[in-house]
Amino acid sequence: MKISEIKKLLNAKVICGEELAENDVYSACGSDMMSDVLAYVKDQAVLLTGLVNSQVIRTAEMMDMVCIVFVRSKQPTEEMIELAKDSGIVILTTDLRLYEACGQLYVNGLVGNGRTEV
Amino acid sequence: MSESLIFHFDVDGEDFTSAGQASVQVKKNLRRLGISPEIIRQVSIAMYEGEINMVIHAHGGSADVVVNEDKIEIILADKGPGIADIELAMQEGYSTAPDSVRSLGFGAGMGLPNMKRYTDEMTIESKVGEGTTIKMVVKL
Repeated sequence: MKISEIKKLLNAKVICGEELAENDVYSACGSDMMSDVLAYVKDQAVLLTGLVNSQVIRTAEMMDMVCIVFVRSKQPTEEMIELAKDSGIVILTTDLRLYEACGQLYVNGLVGNGRTEV
Repeated sequence: MSESLIFHFDVDGEDFTSAGQASVQVKKNLRRLGISPEIIRQVSIAMYEGEINMVIHAHGGSADVVVNEDKIEIILADKGPGIADIELAMQEGYSTAPDSVRSLGFGAGMGLPNMKRYTDEMTIESKVGEGTTIKMVVKL
């Protein structure tokens, strides 16, 4: 699934990395606990989270994740946006809650664990 | 690459926001050396979890990454409170981190298990009241 499609499905705003929106995402993870993210995520993933601090960006960077979606209209700080730009990570924000945002992506084919069915 | 390369970092224990900077730097350094992305990810996640631990529990410490021909070693040392029961600390979900840390996205009791998960060898030496040294090896 392309990042641009995630944006459309979640009615999301692009905070940074618009130029990377045609990149593909193969798996997804929804969590506010970064250690859980560090334990389970696979390749070229998108992270959906309600947690807003610099460690979210660093966790995504460590996992080579390509996109972060902040749910419930949460806004990243300038410092976080700069970190994300440095690492080539797309940041999106959506009004949806974590459960709904994950559900939207799941029913549209991004099933997690590296398996994509469209 | 016949000689080993050593990267040394001091981990600032006062600032949670900057925790992980050393791991980001290691990731960049290893990329420049042409190490495979999978190995880089293993090393940087293990080190990142260790770095976060040092900030949460031990007021910082030091991190050394040694790149050899056949393996990468990560040595994390602190003068923190030490780990009383290492076996218990290795259990997924066991944590002594305060709730304030959990609201920051850590303290789920996954740090040490994740460090073990992503490395080929891991040894913990710890003395209560003196500190902890963790050595990890990722084979190339």
